[in-house]
Amino acid sequence: MRAVCWTGRNSVEVENVPDPQILNDRDAIVRVTSTAICGSDLHLYDGYVPTMKKGDILGHEFMGEVVEVGRGVSNLSAGDRVVVPFPIACGNCNACRAEWWSLCENSNPNAGLAEKLWGHSPCGIFGYSHLTGGYAGGQAEYVRVPFADVGPLKLENGIPDEQALFLSDILPTGYMGAELCDITQGDVVAVWGAGPVGQFAIASAFMLGAERVIAIDRFAERLRMAAEVSGAETLNYEEEDVPEALKELTGGRGPDAAIDAVGMEAHHASLPLHAYDRVKQAMRLESDRAHALREAIMSVKNGGIVSVVGVYGGLVDKFPMGAVVNRSLTIKAGQCHVHRYLRPLLERIENGEIDPSFVVTHRMALDDAPEGYELFKRKQDDCVKVVLSP
Amino acid sequence: MGTLRRAGWFGLGLGLAYAAGRALRRETKEEPMQVRAAVTVVEDTGTAYALWRDVTSFPRFMAHVESVEEREDGTTRWRVASPTGTVEWDAETVEDVPGERIAWRSLPGGDVETSGTVRFSPAPGGRGTEIRLELRYDAPAGSVGTLLAKLMGREPTQQAKDDLRRFKQILETGEIARSDAVPGGIDASRTLRQRPARPLEEAVR
Repeated sequence: MRAVCWTGRNSVEVENVPDPQILNDRDAIVRVTSTAICGSDLHLYDGYVPTMKKGDILGHEFMGEVVEVGRGVSNLSAGDRVVVPFPIACGNCNACRAEWWSLCENSNPNAGLAEKLWGHSPCGIFGYSHLTGGYAGGQAEYVRVPFADVGPLKLENGIPDEQALFLSDILPTGYMGAELCDITQGDVVAVWGAGPVGQFAIASAFMLGAERVIAIDRFAERLRMAAEVSGAETLNYEEEDVPEALKELTGGRGPDAAIDAVGMEAHHASLPLHAYDRVKQAMRLESDRAHALREAIMSVKNGGIVSVVGVYGGLVDKFPMGAVVNRSLTIKAGQCHVHRYLRPLLERIENGEIDPSFVVTHRMALDDAPEGYELFKRKQDDCVKVVLSP
Repeated sequence: MGTLRRAGWFGLGLGLAYAAGRALRRETKEEPMQVRAAVTVVEDTGTAYALWRDVTSFPRFMAHVESVEEREDGTTRWRVASPTGTVEWDAETVEDVPGERIAWRSLPGGDVETSGTVRFSPAPGGRGTEIRLELRYDAPAGSVGTLLAKLMGREPTQQAKDDLRRFKQILETGEIARSDAVPGGIDASRTLRQRPARPLEEAVR
């Protein structure tokens, strides 16, 4: 089959690889009909996530048709149309039972490796480095799905691929980012990063009752999308001092909650400050550039919530802990517990409350993935989201 | 069946023998080597204990164990794969409290001198069972320590933890988590030489 393989920093190639096979009774094989490039794939592409190996198949946002199931999978059969959550979760352990799906205790065969970096291991993830298991990803014609009796959501009402695909990751991730904010009436939520996850965090914050949502980015087309689709107010951080502007917009209070939908490769409008983190990251003195997170912490109101759904891999530097303690802030974070949100969000899509396909700007064949990665990385041609069809 | 209880537990921490091998090379008078590992499973103490007591299940979750055989005298015979051939030894159970505790030790004359305990206790708040494993290695006989070092890799504690993780996977999910990079499941000795995350060429089953 054809598959998008990581071949080194800033390099992916579409290669011929063996078809996947059933390895365990609870596996299924899915023929991928749509898959997307995620912002977190760019962290792999850019070489900032350790434990990648040349030849790893990428991709954790995918959906398709079941072609084969193992003996332990009785809820799915060949021909079923499914969307697959990016966290691989067993459904049996204490974490899964408590609906902390991305913390599944059994799905990461490289748990020992993850423990060394993070203290304890999270779940396994498709196409997302060997730290999270070394599972082949879904930017391919076929993919093996472990614990297929637990994860995949069967689609039965003929919903188009582009509306269902983002249930695999970015729609629930954005939604969880907003949910973590414990939004109450009158709340103002600021969202750092108006990429695809940020767009869904903005839309979700409104769905959950936010009075106002302020989107922060530097790309005009993303800010325009946030304003036009969701009705967000916008701040371009290259043109404005964000904490000051937020004070102005909120009568001096600061936003009630702040969502970091940027993560480890943030940019800073101040060249010297950006250079400081960029150099330390390049020298591996810190692994993650946390401009957005720092700014979110400094900007949120006293007693506010900072919700982190942008991806961080390791260590950050110059973390404003004094602000967190002295201003009674709450930081919440997590890889999305996608399984929790699949059905409720599918209902919202089917009810017409949200049509997630609005983020798609580029549709390409799987074979054009290398071009898609470059477009997305460079934000060329107003690229916000790339969907690939195998 | 009582004989089955004997000694099986011992293989779990086999990897830790490496440390004993290192001690042997470093000094003439060795200190015993001790290793601990712990894991929590959702099942109750009786269920966890029962799986552990079944020595035929050991090769499924003990990475390097090829087979465990029960003898008529109640001891067990262990066969463990190594790059230079199979290592074998005998062991016996010295304590067996159903649902709570099993302790064992190797018999004189074997390739390895070791003892250990596995304990099962209820996790607070109905969270299942806490399993604690303690292994002790005295100086291994002859050059077997070196052999085991080759066999087990460099991280005896990691090996013990991984064996516990596989035990948990079998108990909770009924299978070993396998990925394309790690088709055999968790194995600390292979952490640094994994295949890429892409499907295998050969048929697996």
